Amino acid sequence: MLPEIGQVALVLALLVSLLQATLPLAGAQRGRTSWMSVARPAAFAQLLLVLCAFLVLTVSFVMQDFSVRYVAENSNSLLPVIYRYTAVWGSHEGSLLLWALILAGWTGAVAEFSRKLPDEVVARVLGVMGLVSVGFLSFLIFTSNPFARLLPAVAEGRDLNPLLQDPGMIIHPPMLYLGYVGFVVPFAFAVAALIDGRMDARWLRWTRPWTNVAWGFLTLGIAIGSWWAYYELGWGGWWFWDPVENASFMPWLVGAALLHSQAVTEKRGSFRGWTVLLAIAAFSLSLLGTFLVRSGVLTSVHAFAADPARGLFILIFLAIVVGGSLLLYALRAPRFEEGAPFAASSRETLLLANNLLLVSACGMVLLGTLYPLLADALDLGKISVGPPYFGFLFVLLMTPLVLLLPFGPLTRWQREQPSKPLAMLAPWAILALVLGAVAYFTAPQGPLKTAAGVAGSAWALLGTARFVWTRFKGNGRRFTPEMLGMTLAHTGIAVFLVGALLVEAQNTQRELPLAPGQTVEVGKYAFRFEGVEETQGPNYVSDLGHVQVLRDGKPVTLLHPEKRAYASGGQVMTEAGIHSGVFGDVYVALGEPLGAADDPDRANGAWAVRVHIKPFVRWIWLGAALMALGGFVTALDRRFRAKPVQAATTEQRA
Amino acid sequence: MNAPSAPRRSRVGLVIGAVVFLGFLALMFYGVQHSDRADREALPSPLIGKPAPEFALPLLHEAGHMVTSKELLGTPYVLNVWGSWCPECRVEHPVLTRFALTKRVRVIGYNLKDEPEDALRWLEQFGNPYMLVLADRDGRAAIDWGIYGAPETFLVDARGIVRWKHVGAVDDAIIDGELVPLLDQLEAGQ
Amino acid sequence: MLVAAWTLALGMLLAHAGPAFAQAAGDPTPLQFSDAAEEARFHDLTSELRCVMCQNQSLADSNAQIAHDLRREVLDLMHQGKSDDEIVAFLVARYGEFVRYKPAVEPSTWLLWFGPALLLLGGGIVVARVVRARSRREVPAPVEDQEW
Repeated sequence: MLPEIGQVALVLALLVSLLQATLPLAGAQRGRTSWMSVARPAAFAQLLLVLCAFLVLTVSFVMQDFSVRYVAENSNSLLPVIYRYTAVWGSHEGSLLLWALILAGWTGAVAEFSRKLPDEVVARVLGVMGLVSVGFLSFLIFTSNPFARLLPAVAEGRDLNPLLQDPGMIIHPPMLYLGYVGFVVPFAFAVAALIDGRMDARWLRWTRPWTNVAWGFLTLGIAIGSWWAYYELGWGGWWFWDPVENASFMPWLVGAALLHSQAVTEKRGSFRGWTVLLAIAAFSLSLLGTFLVRSGVLTSVHAFAADPARGLFILIFLAIVVGGSLLLYALRAPRFEEGAPFAASSRETLLLANNLLLVSACGMVLLGTLYPLLADALDLGKISVGPPYFGFLFVLLMTPLVLLLPFGPLTRWQREQPSKPLAMLAPWAILALVLGAVAYFTAPQGPLKTAAGVAGSAWALLGTARFVWTRFKGNGRRFTPEMLGMTLAHTGIAVFLVGALLVEAQNTQRELPLAPGQTVEVGKYAFRFEGVEETQGPNYVSDLGHVQVLRDGKPVTLLHPEKRAYASGGQVMTEAGIHSGVFGDVYVALGEPLGAADDPDRANGAWAVRVHIKPFVRWIWLGAALMALGGFVTALDRRFRAKPVQAATTEQRA
Repeated sequence: MNAPSAPRRSRVGLVIGAVVFLGFLALMFYGVQHSDRADREALPSPLIGKPAPEFALPLLHEAGHMVTSKELLGTPYVLNVWGSWCPECRVEHPVLTRFALTKRVRVIGYNLKDEPEDALRWLEQFGNPYMLVLADRDGRAAIDWGIYGAPETFLVDARGIVRWKHVGAVDDAIIDGELVPLLDQLEAGQ
Repeated sequence: MLVAAWTLALGMLLAHAGPAFAQAAGDPTPLQFSDAAEEARFHDLTSELRCVMCQNQSLADSNAQIAHDLRREVLDLMHQGKSDDEIVAFLVARYGEFVRYKPAVEPSTWLLWFGPALLLLGGGIVVARVVRARSRREVPAPVEDQEW
């Protein structure tokens, strides 16, 4: 009975979103207030209905209703209660429902907080968001129904993938989707502006906080995914340029470019066309990412039995949304007013360069991700494109960006004498180089990367600090949340650089055969392997290892790497034992037992043990967290909450 | 963006953009169409058209007797990689047995990374369709063949050139659709 | 996006029982290196090679049996005095270009390697044009108390 209610709710949501999509858009074109006023109530209704469907699915999971096929495939009677909640988004249908819910959530939020905007704007924006909802709800109902029944119901479910039975996976998808889906807001505004033929500062003042918040969530989502992969997958890596990772990174890069472009358009009226194009691109990349991971197109995506019907559906949807908005752009963008002129030496130029580098990096990632498919299609053979390509080119493209970073905030709009910011920053550049040189000569290994990390990070940090000092020493100058947000985000970049480059340069790892009682020294630490015992978890059997970590002879901690065999599918998971610290992690994982294959006591003997020492690895995620915080803080700026009356009088700049 | 040359510039940009976008959609369409091919994960063998790797491996049934690649020249043979630890090998076994019984071509077994007792027991239990079975216990020679698991099946012609490789279990469709026509071709060519 | 989790680690799990393809059990003894430099070279080399069986994992990281075997093979070749290029060529001759994470620079991959540079160049030209067009107009002197 209950799943059918969920099904009905979805169908009703589709109908409501159809109304939300068609009437307001038509009404805005014809000036019919009655039609336009359908937008808000439809948005709220859609949210309510999709929420209802989501709750129904959640209840089905918690009550373990194995007559629902999706529940049977992703849950198990032994599954701990907390994971029954998160199993809702454990696989395709449910995660798509989560996508639809978050989309409905953003739509409702826009409906609620847009009361100060003109009616046609709100109608168009909600209408466009409605169109996107129609697509996703149709996809759900017609190809990926989470409420499909399995009759007769099975007695036992297949179980949630053990990988997903983990706290990191509780929060990673919702964060990621909040970001991913959140780009629909600037997208809808961009399309609305194209339809209207105008984009003024008011709209941008309204869109900017939403874009920053969405980007912030995406940053967090990606960072949590990276952190999760690090501690869960057992080999100590934090980014692999896997196609699915790249699918989330591309909108992030373009989103960052979008943030900066929006700032220019809002304050100076320039780059309207670019801002709109970037907004379309960011959301298109979100959709592309959704397509790539669910259609089975990329050979790395193996989880769902590739269903060409599903893939085709999303592809057609993608073609319509992206093609349609690009067509609209081609036809209407030239009508935008041109912004104020600016000199070659100005902040506008620096931001153009910034965006060029970010967009090129995104293009590079897209090219590398799709190249194996292209080679296959053109019969050029089966090739692989991996970290040696992506990492190399990414560093190449980001180096100029890091070098230019501190100049942006210190360079004025419109025209700046180059000598001024150069004079302000020169001493800090020299200091950064000196620090880099010191690092080069004192690094125990990997001198070049260490030096680059220290110098680059010092430069970014000191340059940003110089800006902060400039603001504070001026008399009566304000330090707005927008400036604070920028400071935090740019500092985040500096922190991230330390983490990423230093962990690569300085990390040590060994794989060793160890018998119980044996000690081995790696770096400054000693590791005493104390053997493995068999234990039991709620739904798994585990070989639990004990490794005593010592430094200078004194015990630091006791680590428990595990190898778990899950009851339901027999899958074996490696859980690392990690001792984390501000300046580095100690990371231990079990390999395989080394006894003879038919020895029943094999697990109590010698094991292959992997030991990693990872300096500064936490700084990677700390840096990302700072960047996300920067985005959120920026959104709090008062300028985005100007009243409509005031906005009209400050119109002249727009 | 209002400079006189802007319309022409933007037209070029427009055309480039449209071409790139349509090309991109075409690529995605290709990807979707081919996403459920059974063998999309299989690696194409770089050995096709090249001489089979030289090897010297003992027989499974007679550990002292070594067989070299040279001894197998003269007529084509099908090399089937299998192991007692491989569930899919059991699935393809009846198909392979039927094919071997047609005596169309020599079918040689390649026992990969197996304990001899387990392999012999497996053959006793399910039947031995092979003319002879090579035993590669440590898997070293398999690397030269580009083997990375089981089941895998090769066709080597009379002159010792690798002509065909299939990764995964063979079924009647593959034998009738790919292997037999290729054998016909080889015989016609000679 | 959950598929991210699935796919990133499925490689490890597939090592144990692929759906239509299987791997033998074997000797998981860790490899011994003669010194740190050799270990570093080995690690760099195997990080750039792909595990032929897994869902996108490097030869260095994978737990698959074939990965163990190939790592042992790589170390043997290193001990035989082969250079990095020769070792890669050895594996490519047997498993195809697929085994390299760093595609060879040849006509079929020119677009891959030079595409981003072209993109940057093309974009750079556009940016230069925009800046030139905008700066040609009358640009007022910088305002002291300009809003940030």
